[in-house]
Amino acid sequence: MPRFWKSVDHLEGTPAFERFVEDEFPSRSEEWLKPVNRREVLRLMSASFALAGLTACTRQPTETIVPYVRQPEQFTPGKSLFFATAMPMSGYAKGVLVESHLGRPTKIEGNPQHPMSMGATDVFAQASLLGLYDPDRSHTVIYNGQISAWVKFLSAMALIREQHIADRGRGLRILSEPVSSPALIWQLSELQKQFPEMRWNVYDPTELGERATAFGQPVEVLYDLSKADVIVSLDADFLASGPASVRHAREFTDRRRLASASDGMNRLYVVEPSPSSTGGCADHRIAMRAVDIPGFASALSQAVSGGGAPSNLPAGADRALSAIARDLQAHRGRSLVIAGHHMPASVQAAAHAINVALGNVGQTVSYTQPVRPGGSGTIESLWSLVNEMKAGNVQTLLILGGNPVFDAPSDMGFRDALKNIKNSARLGLYQDETSEYSHWHVPAAHYLESWSDARAVDGTTSLIQPLIEPLYDGHTAHEFLASLTDRPDRSSYDILREYWETRITGDFEAQWRTALHDGVVANQVKPSTVTVTPPQIPAANRPESGLELVFRPDPSIWDGRFANNAWLQELPRPLTKLTWDNAALMSPRTAQRLGLKNDDVVELHYRERSIAAPVWVVPGHADDSVLVHFGYGRRKGGQIATGTGFDAYAFRTSDQPWGGLGLEIKKTGRRYALASTQDHHSMEGRPIVRTAAIEEFHKDPQFAIHEEPPPPPALTLYPEFQRTTYAWGMAIDHNACVGCNACVVACQAENNIPVVGKKEVLNAREMHWIRIDRYFEGNVSQPRIYYQPMLCQHCEKAPCEVVCPVAATVHSDEGLNEMVYNRCVGTRYCSNNCPYKVRRFNFFLYSDWYSKSLYGMRNPDVTVRSRGVMEKCTYCVQRIQEVKIEADKEGRLANDGEFQTACEQVCPGKAIVFGNINDPNSRVSKIKAQPRNYGVLADLNTRPRTTYLARVTNPNPELGGEQS
Amino acid sequence: MTDEEIVLAPEQTYTTATKDIGEIVLTGKIRFGWVFGFAVSFLITMALFTAIGYLFLRGIGIWGVNVPIAWGLAIVNFVWWIGIGHAGTLISAILLLLKQDWRTSINRFAEAMTLFAVACAGMFPILHLGRPWLFYWLLPYPNTMYLWPQPRSPLIWDVFAVSTYLTVSLVFWYVGLIPDVASLRDRAKNRAQKIIYGVLALGWRGSTHHWARYEMAYLLLAGLATPLVVSVHTVVSFDFSIAILPGWHTTIFPPYFVAGAIYSGFAMVLSLMIPLRRYYHLYDFITARHLHAMGKVMLATGLIVAYGYAMETFMAWYSANTYEGFMMKNRMTGPYWPFYWALIACNIVIPQSLWSYRVRNNVFVLWVVAMVVNVGMWLERFVIVITSLHRDFLPSSWDMYWPTVWDWTTFIGTIGFFLACLFLFVRVLPMISIFEVRELVHHRIRTPVGSSHD
Repeated sequence: MPRFWKSVDHLEGTPAFERFVEDEFPSRSEEWLKPVNRREVLRLMSASFALAGLTACTRQPTETIVPYVRQPEQFTPGKSLFFATAMPMSGYAKGVLVESHLGRPTKIEGNPQHPMSMGATDVFAQASLLGLYDPDRSHTVIYNGQISAWVKFLSAMALIREQHIADRGRGLRILSEPVSSPALIWQLSELQKQFPEMRWNVYDPTELGERATAFGQPVEVLYDLSKADVIVSLDADFLASGPASVRHAREFTDRRRLASASDGMNRLYVVEPSPSSTGGCADHRIAMRAVDIPGFASALSQAVSGGGAPSNLPAGADRALSAIARDLQAHRGRSLVIAGHHMPASVQAAAHAINVALGNVGQTVSYTQPVRPGGSGTIESLWSLVNEMKAGNVQTLLILGGNPVFDAPSDMGFRDALKNIKNSARLGLYQDETSEYSHWHVPAAHYLESWSDARAVDGTTSLIQPLIEPLYDGHTAHEFLASLTDRPDRSSYDILREYWETRITGDFEAQWRTALHDGVVANQVKPSTVTVTPPQIPAANRPESGLELVFRPDPSIWDGRFANNAWLQELPRPLTKLTWDNAALMSPRTAQRLGLKNDDVVELHYRERSIAAPVWVVPGHADDSVLVHFGYGRRKGGQIATGTGFDAYAFRTSDQPWGGLGLEIKKTGRRYALASTQDHHSMEGRPIVRTAAIEEFHKDPQFAIHEEPPPPPALTLYPEFQRTTYAWGMAIDHNACVGCNACVVACQAENNIPVVGKKEVLNAREMHWIRIDRYFEGNVSQPRIYYQPMLCQHCEKAPCEVVCPVAATVHSDEGLNEMVYNRCVGTRYCSNNCPYKVRRFNFFLYSDWYSKSLYGMRNPDVTVRSRGVMEKCTYCVQRIQEVKIEADKEGRLANDGEFQTACEQVCPGKAIVFGNINDPNSRVSKIKAQPRNYGVLADLNTRPRTTYLARVTNPNPELGGEQS
Repeated sequence: MTDEEIVLAPEQTYTTATKDIGEIVLTGKIRFGWVFGFAVSFLITMALFTAIGYLFLRGIGIWGVNVPIAWGLAIVNFVWWIGIGHAGTLISAILLLLKQDWRTSINRFAEAMTLFAVACAGMFPILHLGRPWLFYWLLPYPNTMYLWPQPRSPLIWDVFAVSTYLTVSLVFWYVGLIPDVASLRDRAKNRAQKIIYGVLALGWRGSTHHWARYEMAYLLLAGLATPLVVSVHTVVSFDFSIAILPGWHTTIFPPYFVAGAIYSGFAMVLSLMIPLRRYYHLYDFITARHLHAMGKVMLATGLIVAYGYAMETFMAWYSANTYEGFMMKNRMTGPYWPFYWALIACNIVIPQSLWSYRVRNNVFVLWVVAMVVNVGMWLERFVIVITSLHRDFLPSSWDMYWPTVWDWTTFIGTIGFFLACLFLFVRVLPMISIFEVRELVHHRIRTPVGSSHD
C-alpha cells in the first residue's frame, strides 16, 4: 500500500485529526495561554487519552428507554424550574436558587428567603456553575496514580476500619475544611464513638486568624450594619468577602440610598494596607501598613475610652484618629468597629473593646456560638497533626476537601509529612497537589450534585439538594465518611434523612419538602448569644519602619480553590483590574523609590525564601507595603489552574500567616506582561462619575445634572417615537455599588459569554458585557476611588445603529438596542461609534464549541455566538420575552419586578434596577425621578436608557476635604 | 522654450513615437531587470495570499485590532490605496478637460496605477470583516431574507462610491487603450500578439468616423469621471466624519481628504514614473516639464492638506469641547506622538522644498520627496484612524493598538500585488498613450517653433 494512504490512516485515528475534521475554524488550540513545550505535549496527550477513555464510558442507559408517556408535573421543555439549595464555602452556607433547564442547572440566583442571600449572591456562587461543568474535574477514583473504582475504595476502607477498631482509632485522623453541616457533624461524632481515639482537625488557609485567641473561645461575630451610623473597618473587606458579605452589602447600601433630598447616610472609615472593594466605598480611607494597624487600633481604643493621646502612629494618621474617635463617641450604640479576621488578636480585642465601650454590643454587633463546631482550625491544631504525622503516629488520614499540600504554611512540611502516612485518602473536586501525595483520591461531588446540609453564619440551616446526578462518579463527604462505618454503601440522601428524621418534629415528609422548597429549614434553634469578656489589649509595640509583605486570599480565585474556574480567572480584580495573574501590589511612591514600574519582575526575599513576582502599582496602596494574593502558582489541578501566577504560599509561615516585616525587593530586569482590563486610572476631569459631599447634595440635590446638563429634548434630527406599552430602562446607583463584581459573572453565566484567555485580555479583547469601571481621583497616595458598572446604555438615539451597513443592530419598539447576530458581518463600525465602548467582538471563535461538558451549562435561551460577530448587553432580552409571553397569554402587561436582569438580580447592594420607564410607578421610574439621576455622556445626545445616580459621600466635616 | 516647457522631445516623430513606445511591449526579449522585479513582487503577492488564507482560517483576531481600536491597518491601508488611486482619474479626466497637454505622457500609466490601487484598496474592507464570506450583504440585491442594506450607514455609500469609481476608471482606461492596442495589433511580430491585441482592439480601423466618435466618447467619459474624483474620497471621508468620535467627526474632512488623495496620488505617480522613465529611457516622453508640473501639483495639494491639519487643530481649540481638545493634545503628545510629528514632517515640512526650482529639477531629490509624501499620507490615515479610537470618551476603555506581523504582511503584500500588476502592465500594454503622443507631434508640426502653445 502506498505510504501516503498509510499516513492518512494513521492521522485519522488521532484526536487531533478528529478535532480538525469537526472544527469549523481549526488550530484554535494556538490560543491557549502557554506556549507548547514538551510537558504541555505530554499533558495534552494524556488528556486526550483520558478523554478517549471517557468516550467509552458515556452513560448509555442499559435499559430500553422510552419517551415520557406521562410528562412529569411542571416539566415543560423550554421552561426553567428553580430549586433551592445552598452553596457551602469554608463551611458556611449561602442560600441559592438554581435555575434548571431540562434537568441541567444553568444559572445560580440568590435565595430571597435566606438571610445571607436576600436574593443576591457573590461572585463565587455565580461562578460555581462553571465549576460543576468543569471538564478538568476529577473523573474517577485513583489509587496510587492508577484508575480505580469506588467499590475498591470501599473494600480498602473496610480493611482499614478493621485495623482501627482494633486500635480504637489511635492512628486515625480526619482533616477537613470547616464544617457546619449538622449531618456530617453527627456522622463525625458517631465515628468518634466507634473510634474513641480518632481525632478530627480542621484547616482553612483563609481563616488562620486569631479571633479565637482574642475572645478566648470560638465565636461567630455578627454585624448589623442597618443600625450603624458610623462604621470603622480595620482592614475588613466586609462588603465583598466573608460568609455574610452579601447581607452586609445590602444593609450598608440601604443606609446610603438618599431617596429624598433630605435623607442622611452612614459614614464608613476604612483603614487598610491595600485598597479593597470595601475601601473603595469608604468616606475616609486611610492607607496604612498592615503592621501599623494594631497600633492604630489600640490608639483608637484608648481615644474612644477617653484614654491618653494617641501615639506611635504613622504621620498624618493621628488627626484622622482623633476625628474618628470623636465621631464614634458621638454615635454610641449606633456605631461599629469591624476588625478583619486576618488581623492579629490585639486588633480583634481593640475592636471589641471599642464596641463594648460604645455600647454597640447587642446593637450593631453580637456574638454567638459557632455554627461550625470545629471552628476554622488553628495553626496549633494543624501543627499537632503534622507533628504526629511526622512522628509516624498516624496510620490513616482522611482529607475531606481542601488542598493542604498546596496551601498549608510552608514551614510545616505538610507534603513530606503526608508521605509518612500508611493510608491516606482524599476527597477532592480536582486531582490536585494533595491528591498527588495521597494514596486514594476520590472525586468529590459538586454541591450541585450533592445531598447535604449546611448552616449560614447566623445559624440558618439549609438543605443542599442535587440539581443533577454526579457528572463524574463524584461522592459527597457523607459517603466518604460512611466508608468507615459498618454501612459503607449508604447514600448521602439516606444519611441526610436518617439524621433529619430525628431532628424534625411533626410531619417529617411535609417539613422535609418545605425545607427543600424554601431552601431553609424552618424552626431551627438559632445559636445562642455568648458574652465575651473584654480581653486585655496587649501593648502594641511601635513596628519598625521598612517593607512589609502582606498575604490575602485572591478576590476572585480565593485561596486557589477556584483556580481552575476561567470565569473567575478572567474576572478583573475589583481595584487592580488584573486578570489571570497575581502580582506584588505596591504604592506608586514605593515603586518609585525602588525604581519599579508595572510588569517589572522582582525577586521578593522574605524570611529566607525568595520568589520572582511581577509588580503592579496600585494608587491608594500603603507605602512600604507589598501585598500578594494567594491561590496562584498551582502545580496541579486543571489546565487553567496551572501555569498562572506565582505561589505566595511558599512565603507563608505558621508564625506569621498573614505576613510581616522584613521584605526585601531586588529588581531582576526581566519583564512579565500582566493582563489588566483598565489601564487608565483617571477620569481626565470628565463628568463621568459625578460626586458630591452630602452637604453639597443637601444644598443642591440635582448637582449631577447641573454639572453638565443634557441637551434639550428637541435638539435632534431624528423623529421621536411614542412607546405605548413598554420602554425598558435601567438605573444604577453609584452609592449602592460596592464593586464586588457579582454582576459581571452573573451576566457571563446568563448570557453564555465566553472566556478569552490571558493573551486576548492583553490584546484588549475581553468579552464581558458588563464591566465595573474603576477610577481614581486626586492624590495618588490617597485617591478617591469610584466604581461604575458600565454596560450597553441602550441609547434612544444610538450611534451604533446608524452606522451598521447591514442593519444588524436595530432599535426595538420597546427601546432595546438589539443585536442580530445572524445578520452581523463584522464591520465593527458600531463599536467605533459607541462612546461607551461596551460592544464586544468575537475576534476569534471564543465560545468553546468543543468541550462537551460545557454544553449542559449554557443558557438555552441565549445564542452561543460564533466567530466574527459583534455582541453586547441585551438587557437580558430573553428574560423580558419570557415574562412578556406569559403576560400576553393573560392579556395584561408585565408587572414591575416580575423579572430582573441577571445583573440586577445578583446585585448585593441592589444598585441596579431595571424596569418599564413608561410606567411612572415602576421602581426604575421612581429611581430615575430622584434628584441624583443623570446620564453618562448624555451631552452627546445619545439619550441613554441606562442612567446613573450620582455618588454622594459623607465625609467627616472635621477632616475637611481629606475625603477618602 | 525652456526645459520646463517641453512636453515631448523635438526629435520625436510619428514613427519614432509609435516605435519607441510600442517596442517595449512587442519585443520578444525579456530583460533581467523586469524579471527580477516581477519575481520579487510576485513573491510578495504570494505572501499576501498566505496572509489572507490564514486570516480566513483563524479570524480577524490575527490582526492587532481590539476594542476600542476596532479598525486598524486594514482601514488605514484602504484609505491610503484609494487616495493613491485618485491621481489617475484626475490626470486623465480633469486635466483633459482643462486641456493640459502635459498629461498625455503620464495619463495611461496613472490610470493603470489607479486601477491597481483601487483593486488593492477594495480588498481591505472585505478582508477586515469579521465574516468576510458574507460581504455581499452590503450589496442591494433581492433576497429571501427581504433585507436591504441599511442606507444610513456611510459604509454603504462607500460600497457604491468605490465600485462606481472602479467601473468608470476601468472603462475609461480601456477606451483610452483601444487605438493603441490597434497600433500594436498592426505592428505585432507574431500570431499570438496579433490575435490578443486584435481582439482587444474591438475592430478599430482608425477611420475618421471612428476617431470622431471616439473623441466624443472619450470626452463624455472624462466628464463622467470628473465628479468621481471628488466623490470617492468625499464618501470615504464620510466613513469617519459621520461618526461621533472626536477626531473623526469633522466637517472639514471631505475637501481635506480629496486634496490628500490627489496629493498622495501624484506622489505615487512620481515615485513610479521616475524609475520607469530611467529604465525604459523614456526621457523624450516624460520630460522635465512633467516632473515640474507634478511637483507643483503636489505642492499645491500639500498646502491644502496643511490647511486641513491647521483647521483641525484650530477647531479642537475653538470648539472648546473637552473631547476634541483632548483628542488633539493626545495626538500631539500622547503615546502615538511620533506618528503625528512624522506625519507633519513628511506631509508639510519636507514637501515645502518643492518651492525650489532646483529641487524639482533634481530627479532623485524629487523622487525622495514623493516617497516621503507616500509615507506621510499613510501616517496621516494611521493617525486619524488609530489615535482617535484609542482614547475616546470614557478613559476606562482606553487602550493601545499595535499592528501584528499579519497586519504588515497584508499591507506589504498589497504593495507586492500592486507592483506585480504594474510589471505585467508595462510589459503587455503601452504605458504611454501612443496616439495622444502622436497628436502632440502633430500639434508641434503644425505650430511654428518658438510660439508657445496654450
